[in-house]
Amino acid sequence: MLLLTILLSLLLGRYPGPYFTPLATLRENALARTVVLNLRLPRILAAVFLGATLAAAGTTFQLIFRNPLVDAGFLGVSQGAAFGASLAIVFLGGTAAAVQGSAAAFAFVGLAASYLMAQRLRLGDWVLRLVMAGIGVSAFYAAGTGVIKYLADPLKQLPDITFWLLGGLWAITWRDILHILPVVAPALIIIYLMRWRLNLLALQDTTAFALGAVPGRERLVMLIAATAATAAVVSKAGQIGWVGLIVPHIARRVLGADAQLTVPGGMFIGALFVLGCDNLARTVLSGEIPLGILTSLIGALVFFSLLLRNDLELKKR
Amino acid sequence: MTPAVSLTDLAFRYTPTAPDVVQNITLDLPSRAVTAILGPNGSGKTTLLHLILGLLTPQQGRIALNGTQHTGYARREVSHILGLVPQEEPPAFNLNVLETVLLGRAPYLKLLQRPSERDYTTAFRSLEQVGIADLWARPVPALSGGERQLAVLARALTQEPDILLLDEPTSHLDVNNARQILSLMRDLRTQGKTIVFTTHDPNAAAATADYVVLMRQGRVLYAGTAHETLTGEHLSATYDVPIEVVRDHLGRLLVVVY
Repeated sequence: MLLLTILLSLLLGRYPGPYFTPLATLRENALARTVVLNLRLPRILAAVFLGATLAAAGTTFQLIFRNPLVDAGFLGVSQGAAFGASLAIVFLGGTAAAVQGSAAAFAFVGLAASYLMAQRLRLGDWVLRLVMAGIGVSAFYAAGTGVIKYLADPLKQLPDITFWLLGGLWAITWRDILHILPVVAPALIIIYLMRWRLNLLALQDTTAFALGAVPGRERLVMLIAATAATAAVVSKAGQIGWVGLIVPHIARRVLGADAQLTVPGGMFIGALFVLGCDNLARTVLSGEIPLGILTSLIGALVFFSLLLRNDLELKKR
Repeated sequence: MTPAVSLTDLAFRYTPTAPDVVQNITLDLPSRAVTAILGPNGSGKTTLLHLILGLLTPQQGRIALNGTQHTGYARREVSHILGLVPQEEPPAFNLNVLETVLLGRAPYLKLLQRPSERDYTTAFRSLEQVGIADLWARPVPALSGGERQLAVLARALTQEPDILLLDEPTSHLDVNNARQILSLMRDLRTQGKTIVFTTHDPNAAAATADYVVLMRQGRVLYAGTAHETLTGEHLSATYDVPIEVVRDHLGRLLVVVY
Protein backbone atom coordinates (compact mmCIF):
# COMPACT_ATOMS: atom_id res chain seq x y z
CA MET A 1 0.00 0.00 0.00
CA LEU A 2 2.82 2.34 0.91
CA LEU A 3 4.64 1.37 -2.29
CA LEU A 4 1.53 2.01 -4.32
CA THR A 5 1.10 5.41 -2.72
CA ILE A 6 4.73 6.22 -3.46
CA LEU A 7 4.30 5.26 -7.13
CA LEU A 8 1.11 7.24 -7.38
CA SER A 9 2.74 10.20 -5.66
CA LEU A 10 5.45 10.21 -8.33
CA LEU A 11 2.82 11.01 -10.90
CA LEU A 12 1.29 13.85 -8.92
CA GLY A 13 2.57 17.37 -9.36
CA ARG A 14 2.43 20.71 -11.14
CA TYR A 15 4.77 19.96 -14.04
CA PRO A 16 4.23 19.77 -16.93
CA GLY A 17 0.53 20.19 -16.31
CA PRO A 18 -1.18 20.54 -12.93
CA TYR A 19 -2.12 17.47 -10.83
CA PHE A 20 -1.62 14.25 -12.76
CA THR A 21 1.36 13.44 -14.95
CA PRO A 22 0.46 10.70 -17.47
CA LEU A 23 3.06 7.99 -18.11
CA ALA A 24 3.12 8.88 -21.80
CA THR A 25 4.34 12.36 -20.98
CA LEU A 26 7.21 10.87 -19.01
CA ARG A 27 8.33 8.89 -22.03
CA GLU A 28 8.34 11.92 -24.31
CA ASN A 29 9.39 14.74 -22.04
CA ALA A 30 12.96 14.50 -20.72
CA LEU A 31 12.50 17.44 -18.42
CA ALA A 32 9.46 15.80 -16.87
CA ARG A 33 11.54 12.68 -16.23
CA THR A 34 14.17 14.77 -14.51
CA VAL A 35 11.52 16.41 -12.39
CA VAL A 36 10.12 13.06 -11.35
CA LEU A 37 13.43 11.34 -10.62
CA ASN A 38 15.49 14.17 -9.14
CA LEU A 39 12.87 16.32 -7.47
CA ARG A 40 9.79 14.26 -6.76
CA LEU A 41 11.38 10.93 -5.85
CA PRO A 42 13.78 12.26 -3.19
CA ARG A 43 11.03 14.44 -1.83
CA ILE A 44 8.67 11.49 -1.58
CA LEU A 45 11.30 9.39 0.15
CA ALA A 46 11.96 12.27 2.53
CA ALA A 47 8.24 12.45 3.34
CA VAL A 48 8.21 8.72 4.05
CA PHE A 49 11.26 8.94 6.32
CA LEU A 50 9.91 12.06 8.00
CA GLY A 51 6.56 10.48 8.76
CA ALA A 52 8.03 7.17 9.92
CA THR A 53 10.59 8.92 12.12
CA LEU A 54 8.21 11.35 13.77
CA ALA A 55 5.74 8.53 14.44
CA ALA A 56 8.37 6.14 15.82
CA ALA A 57 9.88 8.87 17.98
CA GLY A 58 6.44 9.95 19.16
CA THR A 59 5.54 6.39 20.12
CA THR A 60 8.84 6.05 21.95
CA PHE A 61 8.42 9.30 23.86
CA GLN A 62 4.81 8.56 24.77
CA LEU A 63 5.63 5.11 26.12
CA ILE A 64 8.77 6.10 27.98
CA PHE A 65 7.08 9.08 29.59
CA ARG A 66 3.89 7.08 30.18
CA ASN A 67 2.06 10.05 28.81
CA PRO A 68 -0.07 9.93 25.65
CA LEU A 69 0.25 13.69 25.18
CA VAL A 70 3.98 14.07 24.56
CA ASP A 71 6.10 13.99 21.42
CA ALA A 72 9.48 15.32 20.36
CA GLY A 73 8.33 18.76 21.49
CA PHE A 74 9.32 17.59 24.95
CA LEU A 75 12.91 17.32 26.11
CA GLY A 76 13.77 20.51 24.25
CA VAL A 77 14.38 18.55 21.04
CA SER A 78 12.06 20.40 18.64
CA GLN A 79 12.56 23.79 20.24
CA GLY A 80 16.31 23.18 20.24
CA ALA A 81 16.25 22.43 16.53
CA ALA A 82 14.18 25.57 15.88
CA PHE A 83 16.57 27.70 17.89
CA GLY A 84 19.59 26.20 16.13
CA ALA A 85 18.10 26.79 12.70
CA SER A 86 17.16 30.41 13.46
CA LEU A 87 20.59 31.04 14.90
CA ALA A 88 22.23 29.66 11.76
CA ILE A 89 20.00 31.75 9.46
CA VAL A 90 20.81 35.00 11.25
CA PHE A 91 24.39 34.59 12.46
CA LEU A 92 25.98 31.76 10.50
CA GLY A 93 25.17 32.88 6.98
CA GLY A 94 22.11 30.67 6.55
CA THR A 95 23.67 28.05 4.28
CA ALA A 96 21.87 24.74 4.20
CA ALA A 97 24.70 22.93 5.96
CA ALA A 98 24.84 25.51 8.73
CA VAL A 99 21.09 25.37 9.31
CA GLN A 100 21.04 21.58 9.42
CA GLY A 101 24.13 21.21 11.57
CA SER A 102 23.07 23.87 14.01
CA ALA A 103 19.53 22.51 14.30
CA ALA A 104 20.78 19.02 15.03
CA ALA A 105 23.42 20.26 17.47
CA PHE A 106 20.96 22.31 19.50
CA ALA A 107 18.40 19.49 19.51
CA PHE A 108 21.00 17.32 21.21
CA VAL A 109 22.02 20.12 23.53
CA GLY A 110 18.32 20.31 24.42
CA LEU A 111 18.18 16.60 25.20
CA ALA A 112 21.42 16.73 27.19
CA ALA A 113 20.32 19.82 29.12
CA SER A 114 16.97 18.23 29.93
CA TYR A 115 18.66 15.04 31.04
CA LEU A 116 21.31 16.73 33.19
CA MET A 117 18.77 19.05 34.77
CA ALA A 118 16.45 16.12 35.47
CA GLN A 119 19.25 14.43 37.39
CA ARG A 120 19.51 17.44 39.70
CA LEU A 121 15.81 17.77 40.42
CA ARG A 122 14.68 16.28 43.68
CA LEU A 123 11.02 15.61 43.25
CA GLY A 124 8.84 12.99 41.67
CA ASP A 125 10.23 10.01 39.82
CA TRP A 126 12.59 10.04 36.86
CA VAL A 127 9.86 10.43 34.25
CA LEU A 128 8.28 13.46 35.91
CA ARG A 129 11.68 15.08 36.46
CA LEU A 130 12.67 14.64 32.82
CA VAL A 131 9.39 16.07 31.53
CA MET A 132 9.66 19.06 33.85
CA ALA A 133 13.25 19.70 32.84
CA GLY A 134 12.25 19.37 29.17
CA ILE A 135 9.51 21.97 29.56
CA GLY A 136 12.02 24.34 31.18
CA VAL A 137 14.61 23.85 28.45
CA SER A 138 11.96 24.27 25.72
CA ALA A 139 10.78 27.55 27.23
CA PHE A 140 14.37 28.76 27.36
CA TYR A 141 14.88 27.90 23.69
CA ALA A 142 11.57 29.49 22.69
CA ALA A 143 12.69 32.72 24.33
CA GLY A 144 16.03 32.48 22.48
CA THR A 145 14.26 31.93 19.16
CA GLY A 146 12.13 34.99 19.91
CA VAL A 147 15.22 37.12 20.52
CA ILE A 148 16.78 35.95 17.25
CA LYS A 149 13.60 36.71 15.31
CA TYR A 150 13.61 40.16 16.87
CA LEU A 151 17.20 40.73 15.79
CA ALA A 152 16.76 39.25 12.32
CA ASP A 153 16.73 41.37 9.19
CA PRO A 154 12.98 41.61 8.51
CA LEU A 155 13.40 41.57 4.73
CA LYS A 156 15.99 38.88 4.20
CA GLN A 157 16.31 36.66 7.27
CA LEU A 158 12.94 36.77 8.99
CA PRO A 159 11.09 35.16 6.03
CA ASP A 160 13.67 32.35 6.01
CA ILE A 161 13.19 31.70 9.70
CA THR A 162 9.42 31.81 9.42
CA PHE A 163 9.43 29.49 6.46
CA TRP A 164 11.72 27.02 8.22
CA LEU A 165 9.53 27.12 11.30
CA LEU A 166 6.49 26.38 9.15
CA GLY A 167 8.22 23.34 7.73
CA GLY A 168 8.30 21.85 4.26
CA LEU A 169 10.10 19.52 1.91
CA TRP A 170 10.39 21.69 -1.19
CA ALA A 171 14.19 21.90 -1.07
CA ILE A 172 14.92 18.19 -0.64
CA THR A 173 17.44 16.67 -3.03
CA TRP A 174 19.18 13.30 -3.24
CA ARG A 175 22.06 14.77 -1.27
CA ASP A 176 19.74 15.56 1.65
CA ILE A 177 18.50 11.99 1.65
CA LEU A 178 22.08 10.76 1.83
CA HIS A 179 22.73 13.13 4.72
CA ILE A 180 19.88 11.94 6.90
CA LEU A 181 19.95 8.25 6.04
CA PRO A 182 23.04 7.30 8.12
CA VAL A 183 21.33 8.71 11.21
CA VAL A 184 17.69 7.90 10.57
CA ALA A 185 18.11 4.31 9.39
CA PRO A 186 20.09 2.98 12.39
CA ALA A 187 17.93 4.91 14.86
CA LEU A 188 14.72 3.51 13.39
CA ILE A 189 16.20 0.03 13.32
CA ILE A 190 17.10 0.28 17.03
CA ILE A 191 13.60 1.44 17.93
CA TYR A 192 12.09 -1.27 15.75
CA LEU A 193 14.20 -4.06 17.22
CA MET A 194 13.68 -2.95 20.83
CA ARG A 195 9.94 -2.43 20.36
CA TRP A 196 8.76 -5.15 22.74
CA ARG A 197 11.06 -3.71 25.38
CA LEU A 198 9.14 -0.42 25.13
CA ASN A 199 6.18 -2.10 26.85
CA LEU A 200 8.53 -2.85 29.72
CA LEU A 201 10.09 0.61 29.82
CA ALA A 202 6.60 2.13 30.03
CA LEU A 203 6.23 0.60 33.50
CA GLN A 204 7.23 2.30 36.74
CA ASP A 205 10.92 2.19 37.61
CA THR A 206 10.36 -0.25 40.49
CA THR A 207 8.45 -2.73 38.34
CA ALA A 208 10.78 -2.48 35.35
CA PHE A 209 13.73 -3.03 37.70
CA ALA A 210 12.09 -6.06 39.29
CA LEU A 211 11.63 -7.48 35.79
CA GLY A 212 15.38 -7.40 35.24
CA ALA A 213 15.62 -4.19 33.21
CA VAL A 214 18.03 -1.34 33.80
CA PRO A 215 15.32 1.25 33.18
CA GLY A 216 17.46 4.40 33.24
CA ARG A 217 20.06 3.19 30.78
CA GLU A 218 17.65 1.43 28.42
CA ARG A 219 15.36 4.45 28.29
CA LEU A 220 18.37 6.65 27.51
CA VAL A 221 19.30 4.47 24.51
CA MET A 222 15.76 4.73 23.16
CA LEU A 223 15.62 8.48 23.78
CA ILE A 224 18.93 9.09 22.01
CA ALA A 225 17.79 7.04 19.03
CA ALA A 226 14.46 8.89 18.85
CA THR A 227 16.09 12.29 19.28
CA ALA A 228 18.85 11.71 16.76
CA ALA A 229 16.38 10.61 14.11
CA THR A 230 14.02 13.49 14.88
CA ALA A 231 16.82 16.05 14.80
CA ALA A 232 18.03 14.72 11.46
CA VAL A 233 14.67 14.87 9.70
CA VAL A 234 13.60 18.12 11.37
CA SER A 235 16.85 19.80 10.32
CA LYS A 236 15.88 19.15 6.68
CA ALA A 237 12.14 19.61 6.90
CA GLY A 238 11.64 22.25 9.56
CA GLN A 239 8.97 22.07 12.21
CA ILE A 240 6.35 19.50 11.27
CA GLY A 241 3.75 19.53 13.99
CA TRP A 242 1.33 16.96 15.32
CA VAL A 243 2.56 13.88 13.45
CA GLY A 244 4.47 12.55 16.46
CA LEU A 245 1.50 13.18 18.69
CA ILE A 246 -1.41 11.97 16.59
CA VAL A 247 -0.04 9.01 14.67
CA PRO A 248 0.80 6.89 17.76
CA HIS A 249 -2.79 7.44 18.94
CA ILE A 250 -4.20 6.28 15.66
CA ALA A 251 -1.86 3.27 15.69
CA ARG A 252 -2.95 2.30 19.20
CA ARG A 253 -6.60 2.71 18.31
CA VAL A 254 -6.28 0.47 15.29
CA LEU A 255 -3.76 -2.07 16.56
CA GLY A 256 -4.08 -2.14 20.36
CA ALA A 257 -1.52 -0.96 22.89
CA ASP A 258 1.25 -3.54 22.35
CA ALA A 259 4.35 -1.70 21.11
CA GLN A 260 5.24 -4.80 19.08
CA LEU A 261 2.48 -3.66 16.73
CA THR A 262 2.22 0.08 17.34
CA VAL A 263 5.86 0.81 16.47
CA PRO A 264 5.84 -0.65 12.94
CA GLY A 265 2.16 0.27 12.49
CA GLY A 266 2.83 3.84 13.58
CA MET A 267 5.82 4.14 11.24
CA PHE A 268 3.65 2.96 8.38
CA ILE A 269 0.73 5.27 9.21
CA GLY A 270 3.09 8.20 9.80
CA ALA A 271 4.76 7.67 6.42
CA LEU A 272 1.40 7.54 4.66
CA PHE A 273 0.09 10.58 6.54
CA VAL A 274 3.08 12.82 5.80
CA LEU A 275 3.31 11.61 2.21
CA GLY A 276 -0.37 12.40 1.72
CA CYS A 277 -0.02 15.83 3.30
CA ASP A 278 3.07 16.59 1.24
CA ASN A 279 1.31 15.56 -1.96
CA LEU A 280 -1.40 18.07 -1.11
CA ALA A 281 1.22 20.66 -0.16
CA ARG A 282 2.93 20.57 -3.54
CA THR A 283 -0.02 19.86 -5.79
CA VAL A 284 -3.12 21.74 -4.72
CA LEU A 285 -1.95 25.29 -5.31
CA SER A 286 0.51 26.61 -7.85
CA GLY A 287 2.51 27.90 -4.91
CA GLU A 288 3.77 25.65 -2.13
CA ILE A 289 1.67 25.21 1.01
CA PRO A 290 4.05 24.77 3.95
CA LEU A 291 3.80 21.13 5.02
CA GLY A 292 3.78 22.01 8.71
CA ILE A 293 0.55 23.94 8.24
CA LEU A 294 -1.16 20.98 6.60
CA THR A 295 -0.01 18.39 9.14
CA SER A 296 -1.07 20.68 11.97
CA LEU A 297 -4.42 21.43 10.40
CA ILE A 298 -5.24 17.82 9.63
CA GLY A 299 -3.62 16.64 12.86
CA ALA A 300 -5.72 19.05 14.91
CA LEU A 301 -8.89 17.86 13.21
CA VAL A 302 -7.98 14.25 13.98
CA PHE A 303 -7.15 15.28 17.54
CA PHE A 304 -10.57 16.81 18.03
CA SER A 305 -12.29 13.76 16.64
CA LEU A 306 -10.25 11.62 19.08
CA LEU A 307 -11.20 13.91 21.96
CA LEU A 308 -14.88 13.74 21.07
CA ARG A 309 -14.86 9.95 21.15
CA ASN A 310 -15.88 8.90 24.64
CA ASP A 311 -13.53 5.92 24.84
CA LEU A 312 -10.47 8.15 25.10
CA GLU A 313 -7.35 6.47 26.34
CA LEU A 314 -6.68 9.12 28.97
CA LYS A 315 -9.69 8.02 30.93
CA LYS A 316 -8.95 5.67 33.80
CA ARG A 317 -5.30 6.53 33.97
CA MET B 1 17.70 -25.40 55.32
CA THR B 2 19.40 -22.29 53.91
CA PRO B 3 17.25 -19.25 54.56
CA ALA B 4 15.70 -17.76 51.40
CA VAL B 5 16.74 -14.28 52.41
CA SER B 6 19.42 -13.51 54.94
CA LEU B 7 20.05 -9.96 56.17
CA THR B 8 23.11 -9.06 58.22
CA ASP B 9 23.41 -5.76 60.09
CA LEU B 10 21.53 -3.92 57.35
CA ALA B 11 21.17 -0.12 57.48
CA PHE B 12 19.81 2.31 54.91
CA ARG B 13 19.08 6.02 54.67
CA TYR B 14 17.77 7.86 51.59
CA THR B 15 20.21 10.80 51.79
CA PRO B 16 23.44 11.05 53.79
CA THR B 17 21.94 13.48 56.31
CA ALA B 18 18.53 11.78 56.66
CA PRO B 19 17.85 9.44 59.57
CA ASP B 20 18.11 5.69 58.99
CA VAL B 21 14.93 4.23 57.53
CA VAL B 22 16.23 0.74 58.18
CA GLN B 23 18.45 0.32 61.24
CA ASN B 24 20.81 -2.57 61.91
CA ILE B 25 18.52 -5.35 60.80
CA THR B 26 19.78 -8.90 61.12
CA LEU B 27 17.19 -11.40 59.99
CA ASP B 28 16.75 -14.78 58.33
CA LEU B 29 13.58 -15.38 56.30
CA PRO B 30 12.79 -19.10 56.01
CA SER B 31 12.62 -20.83 52.65
CA ARG B 32 9.32 -22.32 51.39
CA ALA B 33 7.27 -20.44 53.97
CA VAL B 34 4.98 -17.43 54.04
CA THR B 35 6.60 -14.55 55.91
CA ALA B 36 4.68 -11.43 56.88
CA ILE B 37 6.57 -8.23 57.51
CA LEU B 38 4.13 -6.46 59.77
CA GLY B 39 4.22 -2.96 61.15
CA PRO B 40 2.55 0.45 61.17
CA ASN B 41 2.72 2.80 58.17
CA GLY B 42 6.19 4.27 57.76
CA SER B 43 7.98 1.55 59.71
CA GLY B 44 10.33 0.78 56.81
CA LYS B 45 8.60 -2.33 55.42
CA THR B 46 8.61 -1.24 51.77
CA THR B 47 12.17 0.06 52.05
CA LEU B 48 13.22 -3.34 53.39
CA LEU B 49 11.52 -5.03 50.44
CA HIS B 50 13.27 -2.71 47.97
CA LEU B 51 16.61 -3.44 49.65
CA ILE B 52 16.05 -7.19 49.27
CA LEU B 53 15.14 -6.57 45.63
CA GLY B 54 18.35 -4.60 45.06
CA LEU B 55 16.49 -1.49 43.96
CA LEU B 56 18.12 0.33 46.88
CA THR B 57 21.71 -0.19 47.96
CA PRO B 58 22.28 -0.38 51.70
CA GLN B 59 24.89 1.90 53.29
CA GLN B 60 25.82 -0.92 55.61
CA GLY B 61 25.32 -4.64 55.93
CA ARG B 62 24.84 -7.62 53.62
CA ILE B 63 21.99 -9.39 51.87
CA ALA B 64 22.12 -13.01 50.77
CA LEU B 65 19.59 -14.79 48.56
CA ASN B 66 19.47 -18.60 48.87
CA GLY B 67 22.83 -18.43 50.64
CA THR B 68 24.64 -16.37 47.96
CA GLN B 69 25.51 -12.71 48.44
CA HIS B 70 23.23 -10.36 46.51
CA THR B 71 26.27 -8.64 44.99
CA GLY B 72 27.35 -11.99 43.53
CA TYR B 73 24.33 -12.08 41.22
CA ALA B 74 23.96 -10.30 37.89
CA ARG B 75 20.97 -7.96 37.55
CA ARG B 76 19.14 -10.43 35.36
CA GLU B 77 19.82 -13.40 37.69
CA VAL B 78 18.20 -11.58 40.61
CA SER B 79 15.01 -11.26 38.59
CA HIS B 80 15.07 -15.03 38.04
CA ILE B 81 15.06 -15.50 41.84
CA LEU B 82 12.88 -12.63 43.02
CA GLY B 83 9.48 -11.59 41.69
CA LEU B 84 7.78 -8.41 42.89
CA VAL B 85 4.13 -7.47 43.24
CA PRO B 86 4.44 -3.72 43.86
CA GLN B 87 2.18 -1.79 46.15
CA GLU B 88 0.37 0.20 43.55
CA GLU B 89 0.87 0.18 39.84
CA PRO B 90 -0.83 2.76 37.67
CA PRO B 91 -1.67 0.90 34.44
CA ALA B 92 0.44 2.14 31.55
CA PHE B 93 -1.63 2.55 28.40
CA ASN B 94 -4.13 -0.07 27.41
CA LEU B 95 -2.07 -3.24 27.40
CA ASN B 96 -4.34 -6.24 27.76
CA VAL B 97 -3.95 -8.80 30.54
CA LEU B 98 -1.91 -11.30 28.55
CA GLU B 99 0.43 -8.60 27.17
CA THR B 100 0.97 -7.35 30.73
CA VAL B 101 1.62 -10.80 32.16
CA LEU B 102 3.96 -11.55 29.27
CA LEU B 103 6.29 -8.82 30.55
CA GLY B 104 7.17 -11.31 33.29
CA ARG B 105 9.29 -13.10 30.66
CA ALA B 106 11.56 -10.05 30.31
CA PRO B 107 14.21 -11.48 32.69
CA TYR B 108 14.72 -14.35 30.24
CA LEU B 109 14.82 -12.31 27.04
CA LYS B 110 17.78 -10.45 25.62
CA LEU B 111 17.62 -6.76 24.82
CA LEU B 112 16.48 -7.21 21.22
CA GLN B 113 14.61 -10.45 21.74
CA ARG B 114 10.85 -10.69 21.61
CA PRO B 115 8.67 -13.25 23.40
CA SER B 116 8.26 -16.60 21.66
CA GLU B 117 5.36 -19.03 21.59
CA ARG B 118 6.80 -20.67 24.73
CA ASP B 119 6.78 -17.37 26.60
CA TYR B 120 3.13 -16.85 25.71
CA THR B 121 2.38 -20.34 27.02
CA THR B 122 4.16 -19.64 30.30
CA ALA B 123 2.26 -16.37 30.68
CA PHE B 124 -1.05 -18.06 29.99
CA ARG B 125 -0.28 -20.78 32.53
CA SER B 126 0.31 -18.11 35.19
CA LEU B 127 -3.08 -16.62 34.36
CA GLU B 128 -4.68 -20.03 34.85
CA GLN B 129 -2.80 -20.40 38.13
CA VAL B 130 -4.34 -17.24 39.58
CA GLY B 131 -7.72 -18.02 38.00
CA ILE B 132 -8.18 -15.16 35.53
CA ALA B 133 -7.34 -16.91 32.26
CA ASP B 134 -10.75 -15.95 30.88
CA LEU B 135 -9.83 -12.26 31.22
CA TRP B 136 -6.69 -12.54 29.07
CA ALA B 137 -7.90 -10.19 26.32
CA ARG B 138 -9.29 -7.46 28.59
CA PRO B 139 -7.39 -4.15 28.80
CA VAL B 140 -5.80 -3.86 32.24
CA PRO B 141 -7.32 -0.40 32.97
CA ALA B 142 -10.77 -1.97 32.57
CA LEU B 143 -10.14 -4.54 35.36
CA SER B 144 -11.40 -4.23 38.92
CA GLY B 145 -8.86 -3.65 41.70
CA GLY B 146 -8.88 -7.32 42.69
CA GLU B 147 -8.49 -8.57 39.13
CA ARG B 148 -5.67 -6.13 38.50
CA GLN B 149 -3.82 -7.38 41.57
CA LEU B 150 -4.23 -10.95 40.32
CA ALA B 151 -2.84 -9.92 36.92
CA VAL B 152 0.21 -8.36 38.56
CA LEU B 153 0.67 -11.50 40.65
CA ALA B 154 0.44 -13.58 37.47
CA ARG B 155 3.14 -11.40 35.90
CA ALA B 156 5.43 -12.03 38.87
CA LEU B 157 4.74 -15.79 38.62
CA THR B 158 5.68 -15.67 34.94
CA GLN B 159 9.18 -14.73 36.09
CA GLU B 160 9.27 -18.25 37.63
CA PRO B 161 10.94 -16.90 40.77
CA ASP B 162 11.81 -18.91 43.91
CA ILE B 163 10.86 -15.98 46.08
CA LEU B 164 7.83 -13.73 45.66
CA LEU B 165 7.86 -10.33 47.29
CA LEU B 166 4.43 -8.72 47.70
CA ASP B 167 4.18 -5.14 48.91
CA GLU B 168 0.88 -4.56 50.76
CA PRO B 169 -0.93 -7.00 48.45
CA THR B 170 -4.30 -6.65 50.17
CA SER B 171 -4.41 -3.05 51.34
CA HIS B 172 -6.64 -1.78 48.49
CA LEU B 173 -8.88 -4.83 48.33
CA ASP B 174 -12.23 -5.71 49.87
CA VAL B 175 -12.41 -8.73 52.21
CA ASN B 176 -13.39 -11.18 49.50
CA ASN B 177 -10.58 -10.18 47.12
CA ALA B 178 -8.10 -9.96 49.99
CA ARG B 179 -9.01 -13.48 51.08
CA GLN B 180 -8.50 -14.73 47.52
CA ILE B 181 -5.00 -13.23 47.32
CA LEU B 182 -4.03 -14.53 50.75
CA SER B 183 -5.21 -18.06 49.99
CA LEU B 184 -3.35 -17.96 46.67
CA MET B 185 -0.20 -17.09 48.65
CA ARG B 186 -0.79 -20.18 50.79
CA ASP B 187 -1.24 -22.32 47.66
CA LEU B 188 1.97 -21.00 46.15
CA ARG B 189 3.84 -21.85 49.33
CA THR B 190 2.50 -25.39 49.12
CA GLN B 191 3.91 -25.51 45.57
CA GLY B 192 7.35 -24.70 46.96
CA LYS B 193 7.59 -20.93 46.61
CA THR B 194 8.91 -18.64 49.30
CA ILE B 195 6.45 -15.82 49.96
CA VAL B 196 7.40 -12.56 51.67
CA PHE B 197 4.72 -9.92 52.02
CA THR B 198 4.40 -6.65 53.86
CA THR B 199 1.19 -5.61 55.53
CA HIS B 200 -0.03 -3.19 58.15
CA ASP B 201 -2.98 -5.47 58.92
CA PRO B 202 -2.21 -7.93 61.76
CA ASN B 203 -5.14 -10.13 60.77
CA ALA B 204 -3.78 -10.60 57.24
CA ALA B 205 -0.55 -11.81 58.86
CA ALA B 206 -2.41 -14.01 61.34
CA ALA B 207 -4.49 -15.62 58.60
CA THR B 208 -1.62 -16.37 56.23
CA ALA B 209 1.88 -16.25 57.65
CA ASP B 210 4.04 -19.07 59.00
CA TYR B 211 6.65 -16.57 60.07
CA VAL B 212 6.14 -12.98 61.21
CA VAL B 213 8.52 -10.04 61.49
CA LEU B 214 7.29 -7.07 63.54
CA MET B 215 8.80 -3.74 62.50
CA ARG B 216 8.63 -0.33 64.03
CA GLN B 217 10.60 2.80 63.09
CA GLY B 218 13.07 0.93 60.91
CA ARG B 219 13.87 -1.72 63.52
CA VAL B 220 12.82 -5.33 63.92
CA LEU B 221 11.10 -5.66 67.29
CA TYR B 222 10.24 -9.36 67.13
CA ALA B 223 10.68 -12.12 64.59
CA GLY B 224 9.62 -15.76 64.77
CA THR B 225 6.83 -18.17 64.01
CA ALA B 226 3.37 -16.66 63.81
CA HIS B 227 2.31 -18.23 67.09
CA GLU B 228 5.39 -16.94 68.94
CA THR B 229 5.30 -13.47 67.47
CA LEU B 230 1.62 -12.56 67.25
CA THR B 231 0.87 -11.91 70.90
CA GLY B 232 -1.09 -9.06 72.42
CA GLU B 233 1.99 -7.79 74.17
CA HIS B 234 4.17 -7.72 71.01
CA LEU B 235 1.50 -6.18 68.82
CA SER B 236 0.63 -3.53 71.42
CA ALA B 237 4.30 -2.51 71.54
CA THR B 238 4.47 -2.42 67.73
CA TYR B 239 1.35 -0.35 67.12
CA ASP B 240 1.19 1.70 70.33
CA VAL B 241 -2.43 0.76 70.94
CA PRO B 242 -3.90 -1.93 73.21
CA ILE B 243 -4.21 -5.12 71.16
CA GLU B 244 -5.34 -8.57 72.20
CA VAL B 245 -4.91 -11.84 70.34
CA VAL B 246 -7.56 -14.53 70.78
CA ARG B 247 -8.05 -17.97 69.28
CA ASP B 248 -11.25 -19.16 67.65
CA HIS B 249 -12.58 -22.70 68.06
CA LEU B 250 -10.34 -23.91 65.22
CA GLY B 251 -7.23 -22.53 66.88
CA ARG B 252 -6.85 -19.66 64.39
CA LEU B 253 -5.46 -16.38 65.65
CA LEU B 254 -7.72 -13.34 65.71
CA VAL B 255 -6.28 -9.92 66.42
CA VAL B 256 -8.57 -7.52 68.26
CA VAL B 257 -7.70 -3.85 68.45
CA TYR B 258 -9.25 -1.82 71.27
